[in-house]
Amino acid sequence: MPEGQQPILELQGITKSFGGVEALRGVDFALLPGEIHGLVGENGAGKSTLMKIIAGVHTEFSGRFLIDGQETHFRSARDAHAAGIAMVHQELSVAPDLTVAENVFLGNQPTNALGLVQWRRMAREAGEQLARFGIDVDPMSRLGDLPIGLQQLIEIARVLFSGARIVILDEPTSALSPPEVERLFTTLRRLREEGTAIVFISHFIEDILRVSDTVTVFRNGRKVAETASAATSKGALIEAMIGRGGEVLEHSYTDDLMLPRPSDSSIVLKVDQLSLARSLKDVSFEARAGEVLGIYGFMGCGQQELSRILFGKLKPDAGTLAVDGKPKTFASTAAARRAGVALVPESRRAMLFHQEPVYKNISISILDRISSLLLKPAQERDIAKRQVEQLQIRPPVVGLDLGMLSGGNQQKVALAKWLTYPPKLLVLCEPTRGMDVGAKNDVINIVRDLRAKGLAIIVLSTEPETVLSLADRILVLKRGALVREFKNEPVSKDRLLEAA
Amino acid sequence: MASSETAPAADQRTRSLASFLRSQMRNIAPFLTLIFLSAFFAFASPSFATIDNLGNILTQVSVTGIIAVGLTFVILCAEIDLSIASIANVTGIAVAYFTLQESYVNIPNIPLPGVAAILLALLLCAALGLVNALGLTVIGIPSFIMTLAMMQIAAGISALLVRGQIAYKVPSLISTLGSGSIGGIPWIVIVAAIMLLGGHLVLTYTRFGRYVYMVGGNREAAEYSGLNVKLILSSVMVISAVCSGIGGMLGVAHFGSAQQNEFDTYLLDSIAAVVVGGTSLFGGRGGIGNTIVGLFVLGVLNNGLDHVNIDSFLKILIRGVILLAALIINVYAQHLREKAAD
Repeated sequence: MPEGQQPILELQGITKSFGGVEALRGVDFALLPGEIHGLVGENGAGKSTLMKIIAGVHTEFSGRFLIDGQETHFRSARDAHAAGIAMVHQELSVAPDLTVAENVFLGNQPTNALGLVQWRRMAREAGEQLARFGIDVDPMSRLGDLPIGLQQLIEIARVLFSGARIVILDEPTSALSPPEVERLFTTLRRLREEGTAIVFISHFIEDILRVSDTVTVFRNGRKVAETASAATSKGALIEAMIGRGGEVLEHSYTDDLMLPRPSDSSIVLKVDQLSLARSLKDVSFEARAGEVLGIYGFMGCGQQELSRILFGKLKPDAGTLAVDGKPKTFASTAAARRAGVALVPESRRAMLFHQEPVYKNISISILDRISSLLLKPAQERDIAKRQVEQLQIRPPVVGLDLGMLSGGNQQKVALAKWLTYPPKLLVLCEPTRGMDVGAKNDVINIVRDLRAKGLAIIVLSTEPETVLSLADRILVLKRGALVREFKNEPVSKDRLLEAA
Repeated sequence: MASSETAPAADQRTRSLASFLRSQMRNIAPFLTLIFLSAFFAFASPSFATIDNLGNILTQVSVTGIIAVGLTFVILCAEIDLSIASIANVTGIAVAYFTLQESYVNIPNIPLPGVAAILLALLLCAALGLVNALGLTVIGIPSFIMTLAMMQIAAGISALLVRGQIAYKVPSLISTLGSGSIGGIPWIVIVAAIMLLGGHLVLTYTRFGRYVYMVGGNREAAEYSGLNVKLILSSVMVISAVCSGIGGMLGVAHFGSAQQNEFDTYLLDSIAAVVVGGTSLFGGRGGIGNTIVGLFVLGVLNNGLDHVNIDSFLKILIRGVILLAALIINVYAQHLREKAAD
């Protein structure tokens, strides 16, 4: 860090808690003008919380907040905006039905004396701005018609050229192709020369090392390291992120874990050369009976799309699926279910009926097995009771509306749906996300039981711990392509992160 | 310490009672409305609360009731069918078109035996329902727009079949069911009752009925549970069209004539009956029981307003205001329920 320069933004001793849980503990953070500052840390380490404080999204916190050396307190994101701070959030926030030009000038369209929008001027200026960014599109085309990566670039461009002095980018590269990433980096470097301060959050540590001047590492709500990017390496950063030998709360998977020898049981699922638009490229793998296959990758790496294709919710552009050796093209989720595939998506809301009792939630996927025409509520309740007992769902009342259960218990209900008549292939997305340790262990045990019964299980997760705690074999998915397979060899969290 | 333990328990009991009442708001409110309206008209007019008049009300709501059975399925799935009245109309006209008319009726029609006429009419309404279904599920046109188009298409077929004329004859089976009676009870009331009962049994006791509720409750979850959502949506669109067709055939017999635009008022009446009864426009909540209460609320309202001395032009406004009140309750009940679930 060059000496003698006044930080444009300085935070001292920031502490922030959500309902008694401390998300940030005494964090100091300084940002210099003309600096690209990289932030790394695991999910939940506190990066996003800190950035939301800077962007005025979280207004309740303790600690000092200085801009240009002046103590400031934002009451809203609008205040932060007025102070020249802009943020690109991880989720795309564009208006797909408006034109490119309207999106670039969203809420800020040039108007004439009568208050009418000056379309021609807006289109021209939008075109010029995007051209500076190396984007050549018709400013009057509908944004939603463009590829997702381009939409994201346009959103970033809007923020970068909004005249902000401080720009925060949260995972800007996850939906971008390599040439697009290049374009983004070129623009970031140019803005740096103009004196803009940029915060760059990413899981892709190579990206951070390439573009940033300084890197700060977060772990468990604390800032654990800050170094010049040129003076560190990917390995050192990963080590700082996961804290070898540091605060070990639960099994942290920092040490090598030996994966078993691959099983030679029958192949249940064979995926060949699966491709889907920008999400998946030539993905091929197989899942075997009695084996848990873990698929690890960062947010947006194509896991979600892959799971949807396996369950017939999405159709691939190319490639084939075969279940038990028979080629399948699923026309619907019903067809996938009949073929013996089951999916538990990452969002519980997406697969449960909150206003219906637990037993109806459990029986919905197997109704055709227990009744041809008329319902058999008594049998449904019996089946549900057995599942509730087996999975230790609390409270054990099958007539209770699902919405009354805690998140962990809802997740167990989501699993229970598929267990009365076990499928051949069970696909689990983020099976332990947001669960406390006890519920996590319950789910891990359930999955192990199912493996013992001979199911083929695929676990997809963006959390290394989840994959490491469950999988017998691990595939790493990176930007839509399988880049590494771990089998019959030692694996650990840093090896996984290194590969991804 | 005992008192401090019982206080929260009692508090919890009142709270759970309150939340139970709140969650049942959509069933209770229409019923209270019905009781209130009946009491009001009974008090305001001596001719209202009589057995004869009850018979009148039942007969008056029968056609609406038959159409509303199918519409209940559609609304439970969080879809809408605006083509019900048009399909009723075209089916009624079709059954007359295939029946031998008196010589003074100047329609170039195709007389067929009664059974064939009825089957062809049923086939027509089922086919129109299937077109709705395909537009909704295969092409992906929102049901509001798809059935709006179908409303025009069915009206167009009606116009082409009768060409501005009026037909009177329908097959004898239809004419008996539409305008005959047995033991003093009109057949049309019996048919409506049987169809409502049938609809209730299907929704409550069959696997298909459960699927209808689940698809309406959370369509995404239904899909992630491996249900064939498109097939279920298609089925309810066809059921709705066929119920409308039956209502149309019996209605033609009931009115004694088949002509264009005969059923126009039944679109709003049927939707009103379902929604006033408390079936959620957001899907997944309600049922035929609610529809029956809604039918009675509408029937009592329409009939009662004729019994009290009131400006006949004001009646239209009053009907509108009561409908609005029911819709407010419907949406409000949804919010309350969501809050109770949290």
